[in-house]
Parts: sequence; C-alpha cells; structure tokens
Amino acid sequence: METRHTPQNIILKVEDLKKYFPIRRGFFQNIRGWIKAVDGVSFEIERGKTLGLVGESGCGKTTVAWLILKLLKMDEGRIIFRDTEISELSEKEMKPYRQEMQMVFQDPYGSLNPRMTVGQSIEEGLSILGIKSRKKRKEHLKKLLEMVGMSTNSSDRYPHEFSGGQRQRIGIARALSVEPSLVICDEPISALDVSIQAQIINLLKDLQDQLELSYLFISHDLNVIGYLCTTISVMYKGLIVESASAEALFSHPYHPYTISLLSAIPDPESSVKKEVKLPARDFSDTLIPPDGCNYQGRCPMDEPRCGQEDLIFTEVEKDHFVRCWKVPKNNV
Amino acid sequence: MKDNRLISVQDLKVYFRSNATTARAVDGVTFEVDREETVCLVGESGCGKTVTALSILGLVPVPPGDIAGGRILFKGQGLLDLDDNNMQSIRGNHIAMVFQEPLTSLNPVFTIGDQISEAISIHKNIDTGTQRERCVQLLRDVGIAAPEQRLNDYPHQLSGGQRQRVMIAMALACDPELIIADEPTTALDVTVQDQILRLFKYIQKTRAMSILYITHDLGVVTHIADRVYVMYSGVIAEQGFTSQIFNHAKHPYTRGLLASLPSRSKRGKRLYSIPGSVPDPAHKPEGCPFHPRCPHAIPSCWSEYPQMCDYGEGHLARCPVLFEKTKKTIDDK
Repeated sequence: METRHTPQNIILKVEDLKKYFPIRRGFFQNIRGWIKAVDGVSFEIERGKTLGLVGESGCGKTTVAWLILKLLKMDEGRIIFRDTEISELSEKEMKPYRQEMQMVFQDPYGSLNPRMTVGQSIEEGLSILGIKSRKKRKEHLKKLLEMVGMSTNSSDRYPHEFSGGQRQRIGIARALSVEPSLVICDEPISALDVSIQAQIINLLKDLQDQLELSYLFISHDLNVIGYLCTTISVMYKGLIVESASAEALFSHPYHPYTISLLSAIPDPESSVKKEVKLPARDFSDTLIPPDGCNYQGRCPMDEPRCGQEDLIFTEVEKDHFVRCWKVPKNNV
Repeated sequence: MKDNRLISVQDLKVYFRSNATTARAVDGVTFEVDREETVCLVGESGCGKTVTALSILGLVPVPPGDIAGGRILFKGQGLLDLDDNNMQSIRGNHIAMVFQEPLTSLNPVFTIGDQISEAISIHKNIDTGTQRERCVQLLRDVGIAAPEQRLNDYPHQLSGGQRQRVMIAMALACDPELIIADEPTTALDVTVQDQILRLFKYIQKTRAMSILYITHDLGVVTHIADRVYVMYSGVIAEQGFTSQIFNHAKHPYTRGLLASLPSRSKRGKRLYSIPGSVPDPAHKPEGCPFHPRCPHAIPSCWSEYPQMCDYGEGHLARCPVLFEKTKKTIDDK
C-alpha cells in the first residue's frame, strides 16, 4: 500500500472512515438494513493542537473515537498516525501505537475499576510501559498524581472515596501514565458539576501546554468547544458537514445545521431573553436518510435539489469546508 | 400585590435521617412564585433543588425524609397540612410536574393517548370521546405532528424531544396554574433543548401559567427566567431578576459560577475555577456553607451563619462580607 507523505506536524490523519452497523430483524436475525454510524469522515489533528468534534447524540462522534483506537473494526478508510498507517496493523503491531493514543472517558464513575486502588489502576499503565522496578513505579505514580492535582496519599484509596471531579482527574492520570501524544477526550466534563467543570478544563489545558499533547475533544457543548479547540468539525448523522478554525466557524458558519446549533447555544453572556416564537416544528427522525443531503427534512432551506445532488465537501474559504451546495464557492 | 402570589415557600426544611447521620438536604429555603412568572431554581447536584420541588407536591418519601419545618402556601392554603386526598386533588390539577428523564417517567406498556387521558380522567369527569379530543388538542399545542396517529404510539416509538413534549402535554392536561419542571432538557440535545425551551415560553405566554424551572445550566436560565434563585447546599445563596444575577452577582458562589463558564470570548484566558467541591449534606461546614471554597471568607464566616443582605429591587444575597464591602465603596463615593 502506498504511504502518502504527511507533514511533520500532523499527528493523526483520518481518511474516509466508514462504519456501518447492521439492523437485524426477525427470527433468523436477517440483515434488513444498515445504520451508517460513520459514513466517510476525514480530518487531521496537528501536534499540540485540539480538534473539537461536535454533534448531537447519535451522530457518530463516539464511534469515530472507538474506530481510531481500534476498539471497533472499521469497514473502510485509513488512519495514519504520524507517518504510519495503523488501520491494517495486527494487535501485536498495534501495541506501541496504543501507548501513543489514550482516551479519557465520559463517565468517571464507570471507567475506574472499583476493586483496584487508585494507585493500582494507574500503575497498571506504568508496568505496560515497561517500568519493572517497584520504586521507580512509585516515583512515577507520585509525579502523575501531582500533575493532575491530587494529593499523593490518595493512591491507596478506592475510587468510591472520591468525588466525580477527582475521579476524572484519576482517569486523566491513568491516560497520561503511558506518556501518550494524543488523548481522545469523549465528553470528559459533561457528567461533572458546573463548578467542577472549569477545574478539569483548566487541567486539560495546562497538561497540553506542559506535555505538548494533542487532543481530539468530543463534546456536544459548543461553549466548551469554542473555548478549548483550535479547529472544529461539526458532525451530523455520520458525516462532517462543516469544518473550520474555531474563529471562522463561530463568526461565519455556512452550513444550516451549524447555524442552528450555534443559535441554540444557551449563552449566559447575553442576558437578553430571546423573543418568543411559535412552538418550533417537531422534527421526527428517520433512521435511514434519503438520497442526497442527510440534513434534508430538518433543514430550513430545503429544496428538491437537495435530494438529487451528491454533496461534496467544498472549501468555501481557506481551510473552511462545508457540505452544502447552497454555499457560494467563489470566495476561495 | 398579595393576590398576585401563587406559591410561597417559607423556611422549608427537609431532612433525611438515617441511623447515624442526618442529611440536611433543604435547610431553610424561602421563595415565591407569582402568577404568570417563570422562576428558575439553579444549583448543582445535591444542593436540594429537586427535594424542594418534590416537597411542594408532597412527594418526599417519609421516612427517611422528614419535613422538619417551614410552610408551603399555595394561593394562601398550607400544602404541608393537607391530607392525602386533598393533596391528590391539587397534584396534577393545580400543580403539575415535568420530570427530567421522559423515558423513565412514561409508562412503557401504555400508549401515550392512554397516559394523557388518565391524567384528565382522574381530575375531570368527562366522557371518553371528549377526552380523546382533548388529548389531540394537547398534543397539537405542544407541537407534535399528526397527533391523531401519535395517540396510539408507545413511548419507545417517540424520540427524546417528542417524549418530553408528551410529558408537557400530560402536565398541561388539567390546565394547572403552576408547572414545576425539573431539569426537563438535561437529557436532550442542544437543538431539541432550544425547541423545548421555546415551547415552555410559548405555553407560559398563551396559558398565563407560572413555571418553576429547576436546572443546573446557567445558560438555560438566561433563556427562560424572569427571576432566579441560586441554591447552594440546601439554602438560597442569592435571588433576584435575571439581569441582576447575571450582570451584578453579589454572592461569591454566583460570581464564581459565572466566571467559570467556558465560552468563546474567554479563549486563551485561564478559566476561573471554584476550588474544592460541593459539601456533603450530611457533613456541612459550620457557619457559611460556602466558606471553605470562598475567596472572600473572613474568620467570622467560619462560625456565623450568614444573613440575607438586601441590595434593593428584589435582589438579595446571603453574604454579609461582600455587602459590607459594597456599602463601603458607595459611602466612599
């Protein structure tokens, strides 16, 4: 397989990633159709930068994360980490890359083993890293706990003794124990209390500066994404519909879905109440999207042409891509 | 002015007792909701906002719960003294509730038509044909497309947003004067949340109802509230009109919360974060419950329970330290 040259500062490149899940019905569990959870997703993450993946629940953001980590087998596509294509690697060949890519999960209650002390949980990663000496491991553990702002005597305690925010810190320490260069954060703060969220966001930011980490930050919260991310990709039903730098996306979004997302942000900074309109339309979801644009039916600018045109991801401005034929294409 | 008051909760105390400890979930909460007003109760998980709502409807399980003190007056009538029968005639009829998780609060084995007409038949004596008509009308009011067909659907056939609309239709079934909505949009996507918030505003306006809206999301508050009560550890920390709270917050907790919200305009700057975490209701600190996390705390905060300080025009905050400071700056000027 040809290996295309990737620039040095690109740490992860995903090309045309696809994952379909079968819908099985009936006594013989025959396949009756396919859910296109991820239907051709491509993006790049630069070293030391943060890519935000936004979208509503069920749009396929978490599936993308699982595919990158090869926790799920992809149907099609390429994943290139640094210069190596990892999509075809065997479990054994994958091992060094697993260390490089780590994940911080959404639920800090479910993602720590309740029967292991915090120290054991984190040390598990250290022994995988090949640190055999117990003394060295303990030193390392101490350093990790300090790094995430936990007291060093917490290593002998069990997860249930900690609050949600503390558990999320432990989850982060665990991810960092194998010294990764890319961390995938899947909704890392949405299960936390409002006053704790800022603590974790600050921690993630500090760690990025200290360790030159790259993040793939998955969230549905545009306020957090807008604060934290360098570039943003908006996902809708398995496809990225718009992708741009954070500034460009917030100041002039093009795709009607992005526009509706941005206008739906509850913004505490504008204390002006929005005017009351008639009750918004009830958009019933269809499982299998029609031909053409997958936003049909919910789009306020719907036209017959949307059902025929095969949409391409068009660059409307420099590094600003949109998947909608209505967007002017002449200002590149 | 007095006639305009719909419900007033006075010094409500709800404790949960177990063998060893007493969790003071609600510890002296006082607030009012006027007619045709939307009031938000904001706070983090465990601050007692849901328990407050449940005790208004008499739904706190006793034991382990215990209404340790206070009064709840609904149109002048004390709700805590009512027996079960009388409470039943108020619940759903005059005060209705919309819960957070629509899938668990709808019965999976009945059609939504059955469930809405059940709400009507308990309180109103009308024949089934009229009930059905009324159900269709309600579903139409809450923005469900093709309501005649939807009546025979089961909850699992609807999307999250549609289920919440059905819950709202059930709450509206008997034309209540007050709807208590407990985090109704937390489980929903942003775009659907926006639709549901618009729906709440719309019904509030067209039906001249009051809404007590419980949430932890300050963004939602600006969308919908006329007045806001900020709760912390079982007490009201600050209250006022929405613009007062968001533009001139007077309590260190409210200020900290607002400063810690991430947004695009704060890019590159470090977020303020409130140190520590929410106190356990069974082991609250002495004095001001916020003092271990407060940047303004002085020695007296450790021992003295703070009083509400009046900033005028309905804006009150439970922090004498900042109150003294603002008074001083005004005097200096």
